Amino acid sequence: MNWDWQVFCKDTIDGNMVPRCFGGAGDITYLDWLLSAWGWTISVSLLALLVALVLGSIMGILRTAPHRGLVLLGNAWTELFRNIPLLVQIFLWYHVVPALIPPLRGVPSFLLVVLGLGLFTSARISEQVRAGIQSLTGGQRMAGLAMGFTLPQTYRYVLLPMAFRIVIPPLTSESMNIVKNSAVAFAVSISELTLFALQAQEETSRGIEIYLAVTGLYFITAFAINRVLHFVEQRVRVPGMIGGGG
Amino acid sequence: MLNLDFAFFTPAVVSGYVLKGFVFSLQLTAIAMLGGIALGTVLALMRLSSKPWLTLPAAGYVNTMRSVPLVMVILWFFLLIPLVIGRPLGAEMSAIITFTLFEAAYYSEIMRAGIQSVARGQVAAGYALGMSYGQTMRLVVLPQAFRNMLPVLLTQTIILFQDTSLVYAIGAYDLLKGFEVAGKNFNRPVETYLVAAVLYFIISFSLSMLVRKLQQRIAIIR
Amino acid sequence: MPMIEMKNVSKWYGEFQVLAECSTQVEKGEVIVVCGPSGSGKSTLIKCVNGLEPFQQGEVIINGISVGDPKTDLPKLRARVGMVFQHFELFPHMSITENLSIAQVKVLGRGPDEARERGLKLLDRVGLRSQADKFPGQLSGGQQQRVAIARALSMDPICMLFDEPTSALDPEMINEVLDVMVELAQEGMTMMVVTHEMGFARKVAHRVVFMDQGRIVEDDKKEAFFGSPRSERAQQFLSKILHH
Repeated sequence: MNWDWQVFCKDTIDGNMVPRCFGGAGDITYLDWLLSAWGWTISVSLLALLVALVLGSIMGILRTAPHRGLVLLGNAWTELFRNIPLLVQIFLWYHVVPALIPPLRGVPSFLLVVLGLGLFTSARISEQVRAGIQSLTGGQRMAGLAMGFTLPQTYRYVLLPMAFRIVIPPLTSESMNIVKNSAVAFAVSISELTLFALQAQEETSRGIEIYLAVTGLYFITAFAINRVLHFVEQRVRVPGMIGGGG
Repeated sequence: MLNLDFAFFTPAVVSGYVLKGFVFSLQLTAIAMLGGIALGTVLALMRLSSKPWLTLPAAGYVNTMRSVPLVMVILWFFLLIPLVIGRPLGAEMSAIITFTLFEAAYYSEIMRAGIQSVARGQVAAGYALGMSYGQTMRLVVLPQAFRNMLPVLLTQTIILFQDTSLVYAIGAYDLLKGFEVAGKNFNRPVETYLVAAVLYFIISFSLSMLVRKLQQRIAIIR
Repeated sequence: MPMIEMKNVSKWYGEFQVLAECSTQVEKGEVIVVCGPSGSGKSTLIKCVNGLEPFQQGEVIINGISVGDPKTDLPKLRARVGMVFQHFELFPHMSITENLSIAQVKVLGRGPDEARERGLKLLDRVGLRSQADKFPGQLSGGQQQRVAIARALSMDPICMLFDEPTSALDPEMINEVLDVMVELAQEGMTMMVVTHEMGFARKVAHRVVFMDQGRIVEDDKKEAFFGSPRSERAQQFLSKILHH
């Protein structure tokens, strides 16, 4: 087969080749579109990751609290968002939630997708945070309390600093998953990479080149997140622990 | 506040729109699970062999599949299969092939961990009894690996079942599609999506409860 | 008024009774050793003293304050009761100095410099000044346990609880920890010590409490306990432990 990478230099409206590949003054090439779609993928992923980390951590912590009601709340949250397919959850946020809660009607679909993807992922993160805290021996909790720390202080100074170090590796893979899972946003017309792939493939019939570029950008994004978190993992290593420096 | 009205969900509507999609989702899940586990086991054995010409392709395959979004994998296969076989293939058939090959990558990682969980002495014991490599694997190692990993394999299958909804990208008629079409035809999208979510939840949740029970039982037997 | 007073403390895990009407007391400046076979409830008993383990019946009173009373500010009470654990339980992500100062700063509200000074002084006392900037994972078990004792002392406790402080240690490290404890006892610290180290008991204990199956079977002056324990279980236990 023959490649035609120049497809990215074409204008998206008239299909003419644009010199230097970047459109200007109102013209958009497929390359321009691809990069903007990449921007949407990155924005959706990072914002959803933020939502997922905050809510997932809170729910994970609640599930380890010595209080039946809080544990129940954390468990229910996790089961709810873990057992409905992501795409269905995205549809719920897009079609159902605004219909049931009128004030949400004006919210841009971008934010709804961020919420949907974020809550879906928060269930997985809550599972990891819970496991991380429970992997610490009960003695650490007791030692904190015995020093006169209140329960929140024991979490803040004793349990969470270690638990978060332990869960960085699974959190890394979950963060890479969020980039991959952000692809479902195409279904509610967010102009991200997968929607670009579908539409540009249709318009140009150069599916392989388009898909290769999109797949490559997903890969680069996930890999970048992996490197950043790997760096964090190295930085917070505890001397004297397994795998720790010094 | 919107008035929800589920009255249009008559048995006729269910069997006319939803059932067909439901059957396909279950078929897709079952085939991709069985095919994926079979292929995944082969991939796992390849990765655990000592020959680079077996390890490298298997590792490359698994890592590639795992680093691409499933939706993109679905689109890739939908684009490539017709080019390879020279004629168009329906979305449903394409989905079955895609999911089998895609899930194989995930099942293979589970099987690899399962095989590694079997004590090394077991392999030695198999050889000591005069068994060949194939016999040792088939009769000694794999049965134990399957048992150890059964809960994880089933958990992956629950994820697979949820992921089948992504065939939306190529327009295959699955459970979610069934609900969506019904919702459009009766102009009741809110209700249909709600019911779809509840149904998916009930199925996935009860399956994961079963897996948890199974896990406890296996833990006791061990 | 005794420093620690336990009155008829009972505790159940579901149907299973782990403590049955345990009563004893520790006077100010007194050292008592609690011993007994494993599963006898001694670790649970000592954790009831500062409320780490809740109990369903009875009363524990420390320096006039009831531990089981829901109105009691438990963190405030625990801050004054030092505790040393079997597995040291230093905070692995903090340096030794931070381990010694964190609770002084966050619980007692001391300034960071003051807390650090106090911590270093206590490190000196347990002979580990040179390890101040290391992390727990870089120390031997015996060193970690000495740091743990210093950490408890940094809070200026009115009494100290030891929960099998030497049972997780390699034999050659046991004495370095016991030496610190003996010194502490001789200085007049009020101590309740769960241990099988009968040498320690003979040397500094005033009284010995023997537990079996969740009950306090013997509660005697040291001399009486080692002279002729009244119960058969305690005799068996002693002969096992002493002939090892």
